Order: sequence, then C-alpha cells, then structure tokens
Amino acid sequence: MRYTQLSANEIAQKVQAGELKASDMLDASLAQIRAVDGDFGSLDGQATDPETDKKVHAFISLTEEMARAQAQAVDAKVANGEDAGLLAGVPVSIKDIFALENTVTTAASRMLHNYRAPYTASAVQKLMDAGALIVGKVNLDEFTFGSSNESSAYQPASNNPWNTAHVPGGSSGGSAAAVAAEETPLSLGTDTGGSIRQPAAFCGVVGLKPSYGRISRYGLIAFASSLDCPGPLSRNVEDAALMLQVMAGADERDESSATLPVPNYLEALQQDVKGMRIGLSPDYAGIAYPNHKTGEFEIIPVQEEIKQATLDAAEQLARQGAEIIENVPMPHTRYGIPVYFVVSRIEASSNLNRMDGVKYGFTVADARDLQDLYKRTRTEGFGPQPKLRILMGAYLSAASKKVNYYQLASQVRGMIRRDFELAFEPKGAYQLDALLTPTTPTTAFKRAEVFGDSVLMQYADQMTVSVNHAGLPAITVPAGLDNKNLPIGIQFIANHFREDIVLRAAHAYEQSTLDAVWRKVRPMALQEVN
Amino acid sequence: MKEYEIIVGLETHIQLNTETKIFCACKADSWEAEPNTNVCPVCTGQPGVLPRLNAEAVQKGALLAAAMHAEINPCSIFDRKHYFYPDLPKGFQITQLFEPIGKGGYLDLYMPDGEIKRVRINKMHLEEDAGKTKLEHGQRMVDLNRGGVPLVEMVTEPDLRSGEEAAQYLSQLRELLRWIGVSEADMERGHLRCDANVSIREKGSTAFNTKTEIKNVNSIDSVRQAITQEAKRQIELVESGGKVEQYTLDWDADTGKLSMMRSKEGEADYRYFREPDLQPVILSNAEIEAIKASLPELPYARRRRFVEEYQLSAYDAEVLTSERGLSDYFEEAVALYAKEPKTISNWMMNDMIRLMNDTGKSAKGLVLKPAALVEIVKLIDDGKINAATGKSLLVKVEQTGKSPATIVEEESLGLIADADSLRKQIETILAGAPNEVAAYRGGKETLMGWFVGQVMRATRGKADPKLTREILLELLKD
Repeated sequence: MRYTQLSANEIAQKVQAGELKASDMLDASLAQIRAVDGDFGSLDGQATDPETDKKVHAFISLTEEMARAQAQAVDAKVANGEDAGLLAGVPVSIKDIFALENTVTTAASRMLHNYRAPYTASAVQKLMDAGALIVGKVNLDEFTFGSSNESSAYQPASNNPWNTAHVPGGSSGGSAAAVAAEETPLSLGTDTGGSIRQPAAFCGVVGLKPSYGRISRYGLIAFASSLDCPGPLSRNVEDAALMLQVMAGADERDESSATLPVPNYLEALQQDVKGMRIGLSPDYAGIAYPNHKTGEFEIIPVQEEIKQATLDAAEQLARQGAEIIENVPMPHTRYGIPVYFVVSRIEASSNLNRMDGVKYGFTVADARDLQDLYKRTRTEGFGPQPKLRILMGAYLSAASKKVNYYQLASQVRGMIRRDFELAFEPKGAYQLDALLTPTTPTTAFKRAEVFGDSVLMQYADQMTVSVNHAGLPAITVPAGLDNKNLPIGIQFIANHFREDIVLRAAHAYEQSTLDAVWRKVRPMALQEVN
Repeated sequence: MKEYEIIVGLETHIQLNTETKIFCACKADSWEAEPNTNVCPVCTGQPGVLPRLNAEAVQKGALLAAAMHAEINPCSIFDRKHYFYPDLPKGFQITQLFEPIGKGGYLDLYMPDGEIKRVRINKMHLEEDAGKTKLEHGQRMVDLNRGGVPLVEMVTEPDLRSGEEAAQYLSQLRELLRWIGVSEADMERGHLRCDANVSIREKGSTAFNTKTEIKNVNSIDSVRQAITQEAKRQIELVESGGKVEQYTLDWDADTGKLSMMRSKEGEADYRYFREPDLQPVILSNAEIEAIKASLPELPYARRRRFVEEYQLSAYDAEVLTSERGLSDYFEEAVALYAKEPKTISNWMMNDMIRLMNDTGKSAKGLVLKPAALVEIVKLIDDGKINAATGKSLLVKVEQTGKSPATIVEEESLGLIADADSLRKQIETILAGAPNEVAAYRGGKETLMGWFVGQVMRATRGKADPKLTREILLELLKD
C-alpha cells in the first residue's frame, strides 16, 4: 500500500514505531500533490497544464520548507525515543483562511494576496505541536463565501476528484479535494453554514463540525463570528476523532472557546451503538425553498439515492442495536437559510470592514485621497461574493431599517435551537442521542451549473446550517455513490459537546459498510495516476 | 438686549489606568513610546484575531459608575460601531450602546459660592480607544500605540449653564477620577478628553435650540474660555437676526480661537450590532456590592467630616482633601496623636506640603511616615526640642530614613533641661555682664530678652526657653 493511502492514525503509529520516517511520508505526500493537483490556484489563473481540467487543484501554496523542518524534528524525536505526538509525521493541509506565521494567508481573495500573517492560528499551532507536517494551504471560496469553490479569486479553483467536471463543494472544497485525492490524509477546514460537511459529502470524505467553542477560532479569518467553527476533514472517522482530539480545548485567546474538559474521542469509538436513540425527521426529506412570488415554501425533495442511503444507514444501525425514532419534527429547519442570510451577512460585512488598504493586503497605488483609497481598494480587491455580502449586510443592519433584523434573526435562531432541544431532551418525547439526516440535497453539481445564482447556491446548505445556528456538533460520512459515481454523505447531529456521540454513530456505520461494493471504487482523479 | 441662558453638555473620554489594553495584553500606557511599538496582532486588527476582555477595565468602569451614583449593569454587552478611519484598524470600534456598564447617575458640583449643583449623567460606557494619525511631510501617518486603550465615555445631560460651571465639572471630575484611582486624569496626556455641546435660549424658555459641538477642549481653562466665547458668538448672532447652525468647531488652545470643522448633516450610520466575539459581562449581586463597598469616602464627604470631626477651617479641610493620599496621611497622623488635630493640620498645611513640593513626592511616597511626624510634634510639645529643630528634623528624616529620636540623639539636638548645668552657664554669663545686670536691677526689665538671647547663643539654641527664663528671673532678683 502506498503511504498516501494510509490513514493519519496509521501514519502516526508507524512513525512513532520507527517503521516510517516523517520525511519519507512528506515526500510521498508532495509526490502525490505533484501527480494529481496540477496548477495551483493563482490570481492570473493561467493554466499551463493541457490536462488541467482533469486535475484536482486543491492547493494555493505549499509550505514545503516548514513541513521539511517539522518532519526532521519528528524524526529526531523518534530517534531520541521521545513522544513525537498524536499526529507524528502526518501531512496536513490547511484551508487558506487560517493565519500561519510568515506565510501568505490569502483567504482566496485578491484583497489578501500579499498578506503575511504575523502570528499563527491556535488550531494550527496545536496541530504542529502534535507533530503534524503543515504541507500547504488549500483553496476555498473567497473568504469562505460559497458552496462550490468557484468564487475563489485563485483559479483554477479545486475540482471534485470523483469527477473533475464537478465542483468539490465549499467553502472547504480544497480541503475535501486534497483529502479525497490522497494528497494529505487530514485537512483543517471551517464550517459556518456547512462549509466542512457539504464539500466532505461531495468528495466522499469525513467532515466534522464540532460544537461552537470546542476548537478555538483564534486565527481563523472570520466570516460570521457567531457561527464559524474550525474542524477536521479526513478519510475515516477515526482520523476525524484523532484530529479533533488534538485541536479541541479552551484557548485564552478566544473568549467563546469552551472550558469544558476534552473527553477521549478515540476511546468513544470503541463503544457500539446498542441502545443509542437515533432520530429521522421529515423536515430533512427535502429543502424548503421560498417562492418569491407567493411567499410560500415549495418543498424540493432530496435526491432519491441520498434519501435511500440515509434510510439504509438507519437500518444498518438498527441491526447493531440502535433504536430508530421516526418522524421527529424539526419544524424550524426551513428558516435556517433565511436566518443565515441575515446573521452571516451582517457579521461578514462587519468583519470585512478591516480590509481597507491601510494596514495590509491589497491597496491601490495611486489613491487621490482617503475616500478614493477606500473605495477603489475595496472595489478592486474584493470579488463578487464579498461585495454581495457586504451590501446585503450593510443593508440589513442600516440604522434606517425599522426592523432590527439581526435581533429578529437571533430570535428565530432560538426557535431553531429549540427544535434540537426538544429532540434531545432526556425527559422529552423523543429522547434522541443523535439525529440522522442527509448531508446535502444533491450530490456534487457540475461546475458553472449553480454558480452565479447566489440564492440557489445558498440553499445547498439547508441540511447543514441549522446545526450552526444551534452551535451543535455534526459529522458527515460517506454513504455510497449515486448513479454517476458521485459520493453521497449522511449526517449525524448530537447535543452540545457530544462529539463523542456523532463520532460513535458515524464510526459504527462506517465499520458496518467496510465491505460495501461502493467503497472499492476509486475517485476518477486517482484512477489515472495510481 | 434679551437675557439669554447658556446650555452646556459635556462629553468626556476617560482613559482608565489599567495595566494592559482592554482587549489584548499590550501595556495600556505607551507615553513617549516610538510609534507602533506597543502593538500586537489584536490591537492592529489583523485578520483572524479575537478580542478578550480585560477584567480590570470592567472593575474600574464599574467603580466609576458607583462613584457617579449610577446603577451598575449586572449584564453589560459590547457592540460594534462601524466607520472607516485609518486610526481604527478593524473598521469598527468595540463599544457599548444598548447595555452599557453604568446607567443614570450624577455628579454634585460644589460651587465656589457654596451652592451644590447636580449634573446628571446621560450615558456611561466602556470602549476601546482608537490610534492616532498625524500629517508628516504631506503624508498621513498612523500610530496604533493608543489603539485598544480602555476608555469610559461619559456624557452629561445639558445641565451646565456657563463656561465656569463646565470648568468646575471638569475640575471636580478630574479630582474624583484620581481620588478613586481609576484614571491618572492628566489632561495634557489625553487621559481626560472633553467635547462640549453649546446652545443658548432666552431666559425662561425650556426649549432646546440648535447646538454646536466644540472638539478638543482639553484643559480646564480651554473649557471655560471656549464655551464662554461660543455662547457669546451665538448670542451676538441671534441678536443680529442670524440663526445658529449645527457646526462642529475646533478649539485652538494656543490662539484661543474657535474654527469651524464641518457642518453636521444628519447622523452617520454606524450599523451597531452586538459584538459576537465577546461574552456578556456578568456581574453578580455580590460582585456589585463588593465594588460599591470598595468605593472610598469621596472628597466632599471627607472635607465635611474634617471640619466637623477635627474642627478644621474650611480652607484647611479643602487643602488637606485635595488629594486622597494627603488626607489619608493627615488622618493617620491624627489617629496617632488624637488630642491635637489642629496642630497636625498646621504642620501638614505648612511644613509637610513644602516638603512634598521640595522633594516632588506625594504624601504616599514620602519616607517620612505619619508616625515620624507625630514623634517630632510630640518631642516639641514635651519640650525636648524646639520648633526650629522640629522643622529641620522633617528634612533630615526624609533624607536619612532614621527616626527623629535617633537624629536628636546623634546630633545632640535635645534641649538643655538640666537645671543645675544651665544655672552654672547662666551664672557665668551674668558674671561677664555686670553693667547689664545693674541696669536690669535698676528697673530696665526689657533687658530680659537680651539675657535670654545670650543664653541661647551660648547654648546654641538648645536651652529650654521656659527654664532659662525661670533661672534668669531668680538670679537677677537680687
């Protein structure tokens, strides 16, 4: 087996045991990137590779020197008989939205094309402290604003390794693509409305969005501060647990980080699902899309194969002793996207105010005066998505509005949270441990198919966004392929800080399908090179 | 000419004297530091950073609220106020709009004529300071050292009626801030900044007319002058048939002139919303009570008590309570020598204040502690040393740190109170001055002073004056 097909846990154990050198692991990872990634995304977007449409394009930049030094440090530790960490020698890619000292952190925007961060994000620091090798920065939608990766200012943006004519999803599309294409076994992503889970589902990998506050946000360039969560993308559930283990915990630099003790997630995986109460909800059977003429919601059912995969998963778990509770009402799920439009746009518009051309990043060279500097820097520095979101956010938070939309949306967020509280209430009618849902309404769409319709693109997040509103943990795991050989993802959601439960349920499902036929199929991008 | 009334409200920015900035670990004080040397990723607004609240700023803000008789908010919340300016690195200021740290409150002004004037507080909240910009060689330079320094913004109701009242307010606020220890309140260093809103109306009217805002009135004299001048301008304008327009004016303290900065056309849209990166600031009942309990006796209460309890004059009480450390020093000394508050007061008012001025130290910073002062006063009262020696002892104790008794011993400064040895010396002096003795005995009793002087000269001032006189009277009787 090639090194790049090893799981993170296997790599770390082999490295610690002296069976595999971190430096060799790094070489293998870099070789895979050279083989499958093609041109990295860049501002001029000039492809040099005739095969560019068949490539993954997960990366924006490599941090090879840093990774090399980290590998040498790990190998030296192992040679000295020291503990080299839970992620000893594991190559990790970082969504290019995390600050990493002395490297360019672009947020996939022209606005930060030359921004060298003077500090390192807490989550990234914890990965490095655990022996991980930071291989490079991967692509994303500009400032994480999107669900397809297409809005990146760094083109070519990532493709879906399963079919490179399709999008990898977003915004952590580069992360999902890098993991699916075996470039790195782990990637650090972020999830604001589904930005880890949706691309993970599209690319057939595992994606975990932890509870809000479980992993520090310090150093994550903020999209919507009250929703953002860093989290792992990996090829199996155990690796997601391992990466979470390393990154979880309180951080004095982030007031919203939780001070609750971090449980042993790897141990939690050892437990089965006997007696676990897993719910299914009719409110996750389709997406509710408001008809802008009538104001009524129209229900568009989820893709049949995805619905079937979800029900199959329920059956698998029932066979292992889980109790399946059907018809759990989650009536406010349909307001998830409208509320998200308000909260995330207002917060995003505010967070982007600091991009003014004065201190760092892109700036116009020939500004006539201060106003001209601001206007032209932001006009030329931002792509269409940031502009749309700034406009929408400014409009919604304008003092002239009679309604305080932010406050109103916060109230509806409370109602969405209440749906989950009732479902998980230990003395309530449902007493769920976890909710099982599709991760996405469809499998990965074709490039350019949805891009350009910001509203429709946003509705791709309806299955995932309520979890962000409520601050809960949720995981997506691969659950088959559709008739076009595109991956299907299913999602487990649990109560606050019960990452252990979603990991357990996902792990049990994964282990019960290890021999499934669809697991033998390799992504298209790997078939030619490996 | 009609009679006019001047309406003034003051907006003050108070820099809290915390150790670190309000949302990061940088030092709060960067006076005279090179530009941009006291900064970090957080206070320069790097992408991805998060604020974390300095608890000391909350404590000091709440203490100020207590001192202003405001209600301390048990759950105050930070908001973002958005605008673009180069000295504002995040493009928004973290401040409090909807749930500020203090609600309501007032400051009672003790006017020189003895009247008490209550000035109500309209709002009081915590916020971060911005950096500074300046023009240099035609370029706008930004210095973010001051960015993130904790401020309390405090705005009065339009309760002040003259430049003089405004000056009184600022002066007494400054005293209060120093007294409770929340701010150095040094106006020259920008610890206490002030903008003034000024309007006029005909006497008897209750309407509020268009006001102008004067920026940068950053000394007590400036406040008095600028407001007086602006009110005069408005009155003359209205009298000549003009109309006051809503201007922002800039005060130039060097020329003593007001100049127009810009006309204010409607409020800017700051798009306030709750700061999602900070948790609500929760203060329990017990914490609020503890903050209130830690509030020291305020200057005016202490002043009144000094007059009543120690029978000090109003003037002495005012001087002794002009600074909290000074009044504490006085009370500590009085506690050690309870029968003589007036004597202690005299020493404080004259020699101690001179000693502090000469050494540049505050009462707290003196080597000479209240106990040593009391020891010196007792030595004089007990006739062990004379007053002049006592005064010189103050300086010597301050310089050497030795106790007064030790210095008296080492330098033989004690009075000669031994009657036998003194009698012998006086006999010798009288024997050497037969003419004067004869003249005295002949009725020229005014020579007594001369004899005392001779004794003092011979003993280098150390003779106990009372005993000297007694012996002289006895020996000259014959």
